[in-house]
Amino acid sequence: MMARLSARTMTAAAYMAVCYAFIFIPVGVLVLFSFQSGDLPVPPLHGLSLRWYASAFNDGRLVDAFTNSIVVGSVSSGLSVMIGFMAAFGLARYDIPGKAVMRAVIMLPLAVSYLLVGMGLLVSSSALGLGPSLVTVIIGHVVINMPLAFAICQAQLGEHQRRIESAARDLGAGTFRVVFEITAPMIAPALVAAFCLCFTLSWDEFLIAYLNTRFDVTLPVVIWDLLRGGLNPETNAAGSFIFLVSISVMAIVELFLRRGRRS
Amino acid sequence: MTHLVAEHITMLYGLTAALQDVSLTIEGHEYVVLLGPSGSGKTTLLSVIGGFTAPTAGRIHIAGRDVTDIGPARRPTATVFQDYALFPHMSVEQNVGYGLKLRRVPAPARAAQVARALEMVGLAGFGRRGIHELSGGQRQRVALARALIVEPEILLLDEPLGALDLNLRRQMQDELLALQRRTGRCFVHVTHDQEEAMALASVIVVMNRGRIEDAGPPARVYARPATRFTANFMGESTAFSGAVAAPGVIATPVGRLPHTGATRDAEATVIIRPENIRADSGGGIPLGQARITEAVFQGAHYRVFAAAESGQRFNLRLPPSAMPRTGDTLTLSCEAHDLVPV
Repeated sequence: MMARLSARTMTAAAYMAVCYAFIFIPVGVLVLFSFQSGDLPVPPLHGLSLRWYASAFNDGRLVDAFTNSIVVGSVSSGLSVMIGFMAAFGLARYDIPGKAVMRAVIMLPLAVSYLLVGMGLLVSSSALGLGPSLVTVIIGHVVINMPLAFAICQAQLGEHQRRIESAARDLGAGTFRVVFEITAPMIAPALVAAFCLCFTLSWDEFLIAYLNTRFDVTLPVVIWDLLRGGLNPETNAAGSFIFLVSISVMAIVELFLRRGRRS
Repeated sequence: MTHLVAEHITMLYGLTAALQDVSLTIEGHEYVVLLGPSGSGKTTLLSVIGGFTAPTAGRIHIAGRDVTDIGPARRPTATVFQDYALFPHMSVEQNVGYGLKLRRVPAPARAAQVARALEMVGLAGFGRRGIHELSGGQRQRVALARALIVEPEILLLDEPLGALDLNLRRQMQDELLALQRRTGRCFVHVTHDQEEAMALASVIVVMNRGRIEDAGPPARVYARPATRFTANFMGESTAFSGAVAAPGVIATPVGRLPHTGATRDAEATVIIRPENIRADSGGGIPLGQARITEAVFQGAHYRVFAAAESGQRFNLRLPPSAMPRTGDTLTLSCEAHDLVPV
């Protein structure tokens, strides 16, 4: 019995190991060859070096794109969380006709492909004579990320929170004070988590950014450009750095959501 | 001065009526308990008094002022919610002081008042703690302090003891009573537990299906319930039913019994509490003989169920010294004034 059980456990463990390997080997290889001391990010590994990181951080295009990505990520995520929170609060706290329809319309962009959003934005901004710019990218990222922020906020605004808001009103607080002194601080962990989630999605979003930028571009667009020029460990270094930022932000999300759940 | 007046309150949710033409007048600073089963409308009535729900019809007056159209923020009421609804991101003193902060009380005066309020509920020195560090009973006290600090005319308590274990509940009952006496405010407390209601109330309001069945001091409501529902909800009893034989007399399986207010050609009922049935023939009204069907020892007394040959059932109490056993025959009687028409 024990032997059979452990055989099954072993098979399961092996299966899991294969799955994880399948997912993470490409990332591992990317990161490993970013430390290549040779000129090509392919085996054999000549030795470990940080020279490609140095070169990536001295590459003006990469550094500009990094700044742009930070700006686009922060602004679009901030807007997404703000709009998503206000929409969730309104729909959770007021009796408005057609609530279900409004919810569905808010969530709809999640089902629309990024390609369509990107093309649509490009066409409309050209029609308005604005042309491609980071502002358009920010709008695009708000379109795709706001539904997520809305969903996260909505999940936090239940009956228990409503009674807490009622308690504040009972003590004399108006709606404005309730929202800013009670509701928002109360669900702050979820708001931070939503912001971080939107940020990571914006951080490595390529299609919308590619279609709607020309000279000022974001990191994924620059990297795609670099790759077109051939394989180079500098690209690996930039990619590894993007990966590091993403997983750090995700770790923050996890931390805040867990704290939110505990309270 | 009449303190709280509810006039013909009706509350409709679609086609269902949570409250049907409810009127209630509370004089002075009573401890009022709204008692009833779930769905009886007691919580809805509390919500209407607090201003959280606008009634479909009717008016609410508090301390002589019509407050029907005033929201909870500007009503002279404060509420202790069932789950306490404390602000999770604030410390104990920030929670308690929030109402004063909204009233623009300057920080030093606020701190002094908060300290006094915390002392009053037995939480002196807990000001800097977070809400998550508190036990259920402590949270309850914070909720009380937070509501009482704004000096409401009426303190509303929505099943405040529901989440506490039995010992703590008893202790909090005593503390609530002491707080009510000390602050001299009117408390309106919602519960479905009749023991809790009797322990706390100076006025019990029994509710059922959106109506008030009975309202009055607990001793009166228990001993002389106005309706059959109240009689059953407030404890055990034996009911005798029968046709009206003559004005003020009904013919029941145990014989003719007095029933003040019984009119001709109608079925009427009187009830009697278990402790008022005598197991001898010494009472003014004989109730015949009955055989014990079940006797349950309860410590201070036996709870005895008996049945007469006519099928009439009895629910009575006997002292432990009587040592009642199933199958024994009892001779029963009672006094006329213990028979309550319902």
